[in-house]
Amino acid sequence: MTPLLSVDAVTFRYGKTLACDRIGFDLHPGEVLGIVGESGSGKTTLLNCLAGRLQPDSGTIRYTRANGEAVDIYRLGEAERRFLARTEWGFVHQTPRDGLRMGVTAGGNVGEPLMAVGNRHYENIRHEAASWLTKVEIDADRIDDRPTTFSGGMQQRLQIARNLVTGPRLVFMDEPTGGLDVSVQARLLDLVRGLVRDLNLSAILVTHDLAVARLLADRLMVMRRGRVVEHGLTDQVLDDPHDAYTQLLVSSVLQT
Amino acid sequence: MTTRMLTISGLAKQFVLHLQASQRIDVFQNLDLTVDAGECVVLGGQSGSGKSTLMRAIYGNYKPTEGSIRIHHKGDPVELVGAEPHVILDVRRTTLGYVSQFLRVIPRVTTLDIVAEPLIALGTPEDEARERARILLARLNLPEALWSLPPATFSGGEQQRVNIARGFIRHYPVLLLDEPTASLDKANREVVIALINEAKARGSALVGIFHDQEVRDAVGTRTFDVTQYKEAA
Repeated sequence: MTPLLSVDAVTFRYGKTLACDRIGFDLHPGEVLGIVGESGSGKTTLLNCLAGRLQPDSGTIRYTRANGEAVDIYRLGEAERRFLARTEWGFVHQTPRDGLRMGVTAGGNVGEPLMAVGNRHYENIRHEAASWLTKVEIDADRIDDRPTTFSGGMQQRLQIARNLVTGPRLVFMDEPTGGLDVSVQARLLDLVRGLVRDLNLSAILVTHDLAVARLLADRLMVMRRGRVVEHGLTDQVLDDPHDAYTQLLVSSVLQT
Repeated sequence: MTTRMLTISGLAKQFVLHLQASQRIDVFQNLDLTVDAGECVVLGGQSGSGKSTLMRAIYGNYKPTEGSIRIHHKGDPVELVGAEPHVILDVRRTTLGYVSQFLRVIPRVTTLDIVAEPLIALGTPEDEARERARILLARLNLPEALWSLPPATFSGGEQQRVNIARGFIRHYPVLLLDEPTASLDKANREVVIALINEAKARGSALVGIFHDQEVRDAVGTRTFDVTQYKEAA
């Protein structure tokens, strides 16, 4: 099986601080990889490097395109990399405001990426947008409302619709349930879980919440101080952690 | 000739507790076990002897320290110790099932969907999978009023029956059972015994921990004592 993403020795420094220290792994089609670790462990920096948003100091990230061609994403030109991100990837930010256009209606937020990949038929775009709003459990009546009038949970679901409407192959998610209260979080998790399965998505998910990781990720990478300290099948890493730091992390979770 | 479904050799499991001065716990070592199609091997030994640890090592959520676990998967032996996560997940999807003692509840997902999920993951149409789930839940005497609810608020015995239905809805060639009858009444224990014996008759290889002597006698082909592989202290 050809990996979808092949990451080798990716290193990124903020001044003297190593945020990512020679990170390497393969992501296979249909796999969901969780990256866990405390604040400052380098997980979001790594995600930004992988998603073509932050060029690493060294290392390579190879991606196999839908047409089968393998590309080194930082050897592509800026325009080509943006085109790739727009057509084959999605990026769900922790804060919906960072991923939405707040001055544009809900329908516009979902329809815009379709136009960006070449759809021109207004009625089709509006129809597709309405169908995606329903999929993420937003009432289609709200299609002409702006996201500023939405709750935090609705905004996050709208951001997910905006990202998935173009049928991406790989989705990057940065703490997608971060600022949400527990019942809203459960709804979102269930939604993401279903979409990942139904659309056969591959995803890389950054979270500090081990329960979220257990529910969504097939495998887990535990980061600490820019390094991967443990990597494996999600339930193996959580049920039988080997590294001292992972043992601390797992034993620090509150039980309900 | 019957097919050898599981071959475990030289297996050792040691836990190192880094938060407790790197204390080492040796659970077992040099453990050998083979399981053929149509057998139900009962794991013996008192509480704390490592029965559940062996079960979890086979399922892949505990990582063995040494040794080999080979499973007959899609016609070939596949090594599970040190296997890539996607290999283990593929083995779990098609070959290896596990009925644990406790149900891991997923928020908002109904009982019927939890039970139907393993079939849907294999590509069975959703309607058919749900129909099979209904039949099994009815057989396990779970009140129909509960089927459309998430099982978070169910009693222990009800959750356990959901878990059993999920484990038996498809015919896993290898099935691990960790105390599947622990909180069940006699009538439901009988149903589980029947399900296990049907699985054996179909040629599944089973490994189980059963608290109950009656269940052990009714389903076990032989007993495997884990205690003998404890390190002589």
